[in-house]
Amino acid sequence: SFRVLIPDVQKLVDQSMPRERSNHRQVSGGYVYTKYHPMEEIYQWMTQIRKNNSELVTQHFLGKTFENRTMYYLQISQPSNKTKKIIWMDCGIHAREWISPAFCQWFVKEILQNYKTDPKISRFLQNLDLYVLPVLNIDGYIYSWEKDRLWRKNRSPYENGTCYGTDLNRNFNSSWGSVGVSFNCSSDVFCGPGPESEPETRAVAQFIKSKKSDILCYLTIHSYGQLILTPYGSTTEPPSNNEELMQVAKEAAAALTGKYGTSYRVGSTALILYSNSGSSRDWAHTIGIPLSYTFELRDTGTHGFVLPANQIQPTCEETM
Amino acid sequence: DIDDVGHKYYLELELEDVLDRGRSVSCTAEVLYHLGSTTSAPDVQVTVQGELRSTEEADKEFYNRIRSLEKELVAENIPDSHGNVPPELEPIHLLAWVASGYVIWQNSTENTKFHLAQVKHVKQVKRSDEDLQFDYVVLLHEMVSQEVLPWQVTVLWHPQRGARVSQ
Repeated sequence: SFRVLIPDVQKLVDQSMPRERSNHRQVSGGYVYTKYHPMEEIYQWMTQIRKNNSELVTQHFLGKTFENRTMYYLQISQPSNKTKKIIWMDCGIHAREWISPAFCQWFVKEILQNYKTDPKISRFLQNLDLYVLPVLNIDGYIYSWEKDRLWRKNRSPYENGTCYGTDLNRNFNSSWGSVGVSFNCSSDVFCGPGPESEPETRAVAQFIKSKKSDILCYLTIHSYGQLILTPYGSTTEPPSNNEELMQVAKEAAAALTGKYGTSYRVGSTALILYSNSGSSRDWAHTIGIPLSYTFELRDTGTHGFVLPANQIQPTCEETM
Repeated sequence: DIDDVGHKYYLELELEDVLDRGRSVSCTAEVLYHLGSTTSAPDVQVTVQGELRSTEEADKEFYNRIRSLEKELVAENIPDSHGNVPPELEPIHLLAWVASGYVIWQNSTENTKFHLAQVKHVKQVKRSDEDLQFDYVVLLHEMVSQEVLPWQVTVLWHPQRGARVSQ
């Protein structure tokens, strides 16, 4: 008997060859998507993307972080006289999960590079608008570059500045503070003094609330674990549309595995990961957004948060 | 469930050689988590079915290289922030993994899930006997609490005697 070790050798060979830069240059002037980028470069990238693709992309103010940095999202929208449903995707809610913002940037690049030639993407954009927030927890992300690579939370001070950070993914108003959290600021799952206590949480929540009747799908990108998580984390009680949620997620996982053989598990957070409350994914579902998912990208613990940059491309390609 | 004792798990595992992917060995294990005990490590019995690859060459090379260093080896942040490990530090990284495995075993319960997140610091300590000694600070990520916990571990290693951990 035999076991297939590498599903597609040609792919690996192609990957290890220097890539043609010409496509990337059209979309964003030679930006290297296979490296991790600090926040200033991501800000510059957003400006460049908007400039080079102004027929499709607009950049919008979402809010300000605790340290007063501006949160922007990109709207990818094909001009049309019909109102379109929205798919929202945010990356980087947890500072140390660097593969997540890398994926958002890759995703935008792929869409913009291929929408004219790829029939799937062009049909997508005829009917849907994409809203992408490349880095939600900007202060935390910068802190993980400058001070502590494994930082998770945001950077708001508590207890007279002796303790920092709320876990933004425990801060949303969905069974807030009930399970899988700590009320101690020094914990990595500190849920804050109250739901939506953090400016970053409020900025996202306010916006999504304002558009909720048009949002079809809420995606939030994390690492690591190789999981597609459905609501809920705070209870094992399945959501009303659980069959649909699971079916879509299973198809996504199968498509993902089809690329490089990477296996992803699918299921509700409470069942396959751990109990938690106040997550953005649960909150999005409870306010009425039917399809709400957390993606936990590569890997399963070998590198964990410190995923080597040479895995950015395969991770992003399979997740696309 | 074993009344008054704890929970026993029977596992069938496949070990894959990190340095020789495609080479795998089956093994079986029994893990007993003691009832109510947060201070004692789970009992583990493992049977490996098949042979593990010989690493004699590489072991000797690493041993001789470290022994011949003029200054004690010191390094930090393995891998670095971008996930890179310089090739000469790869054995140090692997040894840290082994050491972390021991610490994780000693501190695991049915409600924890640990992984080595990063080697924060490693310092070689020269010894008068034949062992190599490395004092590590490893960062362990615990999935449920999401905490990243620093742990000091001292590892002794010798090509024939293998790795031994003292905390």
